[in-house]
Amino acid sequence: MSVSTRRFRWSAVLDHSILIIGSLIMILPVVMLLQMASTTDVHTMKNGPGLGFGDQLPVNFDKAMFKADGFSGENTGLRMLYNSMILGFGFAIGKIVIGMMAAYAIVYFRLKFATLAFWVIFTTLLLPLEVRILPSYEIVQKLGMLNTYQGLIIPLIASATATFFFRQFFRSVPEELVEAARIDGAGPIKFFVDILVPLSRTMVAAMFIIMFVYGWNQYLWPTMITTDEGMYTLVRGIKQITQALEGTNLPEYGRSNLLALIAILPPVLIVIFFQSWFVKGLTESDK
Amino acid sequence: MAQVKLNAVRKTYPNGFEAVKPASFDIADGEFVVLVGPSGCGKSTMLRMIAGLEDISAGELSIGDSVVNHVDPADRDIAMVFQNYALYPHMTVRKNIGYGLKNRKIPSAEIDAKVAEAANMLNLNDYLDRKASQLSGGQRQRVAMGRAIVRDPALFLFDEPLSNLDAKLRNQMRIEIKALQRRLGVTAVYVTHDQVEAMTMADRIIVMNGGVIEQIGTPSEVYHSPASTFVASFMGAPPMNLFDGHANGSEVHVGSTPLHRHAHQGKVTVGIRPEDIVPDVTGPLAIHVNIIEELGAHRLLHGHTAEQPVTIHVAKDYPAAIGPMTASIKPDAVSLFDTATGRRL
Ligand SMILES: Nc1ncnc2c1ncn2[C@@H]1O[C@H](COP(=O)(O)OP(=O)(O)OP(=O)(O)O)[C@@H](O)[C@H]1O
Ligand SMILES: [Mg+2]
Repeated sequence: MSVSTRRFRWSAVLDHSILIIGSLIMILPVVMLLQMASTTDVHTMKNGPGLGFGDQLPVNFDKAMFKADGFSGENTGLRMLYNSMILGFGFAIGKIVIGMMAAYAIVYFRLKFATLAFWVIFTTLLLPLEVRILPSYEIVQKLGMLNTYQGLIIPLIASATATFFFRQFFRSVPEELVEAARIDGAGPIKFFVDILVPLSRTMVAAMFIIMFVYGWNQYLWPTMITTDEGMYTLVRGIKQITQALEGTNLPEYGRSNLLALIAILPPVLIVIFFQSWFVKGLTESDK
Repeated sequence: MAQVKLNAVRKTYPNGFEAVKPASFDIADGEFVVLVGPSGCGKSTMLRMIAGLEDISAGELSIGDSVVNHVDPADRDIAMVFQNYALYPHMTVRKNIGYGLKNRKIPSAEIDAKVAEAANMLNLNDYLDRKASQLSGGQRQRVAMGRAIVRDPALFLFDEPLSNLDAKLRNQMRIEIKALQRRLGVTAVYVTHDQVEAMTMADRIIVMNGGVIEQIGTPSEVYHSPASTFVASFMGAPPMNLFDGHANGSEVHVGSTPLHRHAHQGKVTVGIRPEDIVPDVTGPLAIHVNIIEELGAHRLLHGHTAEQPVTIHVAKDYPAAIGPMTASIKPDAVSLFDTATGRRL
């Protein structure tokens, strides 16, 4: 047994109280969701949110995952989760791949207008989706990509942010590494795949978190592009969830709240899973 | 194995700066050539042209029997060791060393054998499975050497490979590199700004200054018969004493002291190595000593003669004292330069 020799300090108690209260405030809405998801709708209707957890979680989970609204019966929770996953991963991976390749071209090849090209890409930061939504919609429509995953993802994956970050990163890779690779007979593709990509892996992880969450939370674009219920994402499906709450029948509190929980869970998991890499990507370099 | 030929090779950078003025020299098969000169004189540029990392603006470069001006670095049959080692930080030592071979599509069993052999040679066996980023400077240096060795190149190129190491390790690696090059018999071009490295490692030294080759010669030639005042003052620590002198057609005077016989007439610069000036009570050179520098194995006396600074190298038991003394000059120890051009007469 060891006796702690650290002195007891009131300031530490204060610090921790503040932190604990803060996290409670942050976590309370989530607990509320969980509580309402664990009781019957009738119970919630009568008592409102409270502290009494019920045993209805499996029942509500079943409803949330497999019950569908609307006409087609295709927008089950499971389907929406699947669509959200495709959007989140497609969006993040697409942005990283495109951003990396664009940055590679700009940094490593003697292109005549590389700097100009970079700044053109950079200025697209001034043109977010909301500004160009009509022309973007028209293009997607003319290409016949409404209600498709391509239509959902491709118009969004060009990324000035990712290009910018990868450009900064590549520029900090020592010149000699490129030269050593040239002498070692690594061509442009080999150098990219064997050396640059592995070197960037913490950067990729950081980008992946940011982009996945960003893509997962897209609302406006999926709302415009998908009218087919089988294509709804969770976040877009929130409308359906709230509609269920306003219905004339007994509102489906359990199901809706559980869906909301499911909608916030994957980004949280991604952040937890990648966070050590994320911190590394921002602080330490492997070069 | 290969000889290297440079024929009026020059380099003008895109911004118009001429970093290497037309340079011609040959390097024999198996020779160890050191390019030495002050910072910014174009050594790296020269080496990088030989490596193929930098385009050659004009002239012709051949390695072995073929002109390689437009050959890719990977196809020049060279290996290069960089100042900061340029190891691939995410790869293990084993992969680092074998990467070039893998790209040449050499079967992995053969790569393993070669890597093992190189690791043996360089005492790297304990580190083969470590990441390059987890090695000390000296170990990285060895891995960089290993990467060069396994390729079995015709030509080794080194760009200041030891300058990031501490003094002790530098001395050790210097000897090791030289021994390795001898053993493998591979032609080598070695860039350094350290004249001790140049003197100790080279079969021949190429001294560069401002993009121009000042002298090519064996260490002893460069040291004892420098081709210009620049070489005289660059090579050797302490550098050669350079005195303003006057030649009257038969004798050369520094101040009023006749030091040397030569038929030249006019202003000259007289160069004498510090160790070629010897204390001598009957000597012609009157010196006033200001500072005594104790170096253990010997001493350096700094002072003036005929109002010009002078440094003398004396044995450790010489009873040096601040004040006047006289000295003589060893026979054949005087280098004479034209003051206007700086070239040797
Ligand atoms: N890409 C470039 N564009 C223009 N000038 C350059 C370029 N690279 C080098 N130089 C110039 O060419 C000259 C020679 O450079 P180099 O790198 O060969 O010097 P160095 O002798 O290797 O010096 P050091 O000992 O400092 O490495 C320098 O004056 C440098 O400023
Ligand atoms: Mg250099």
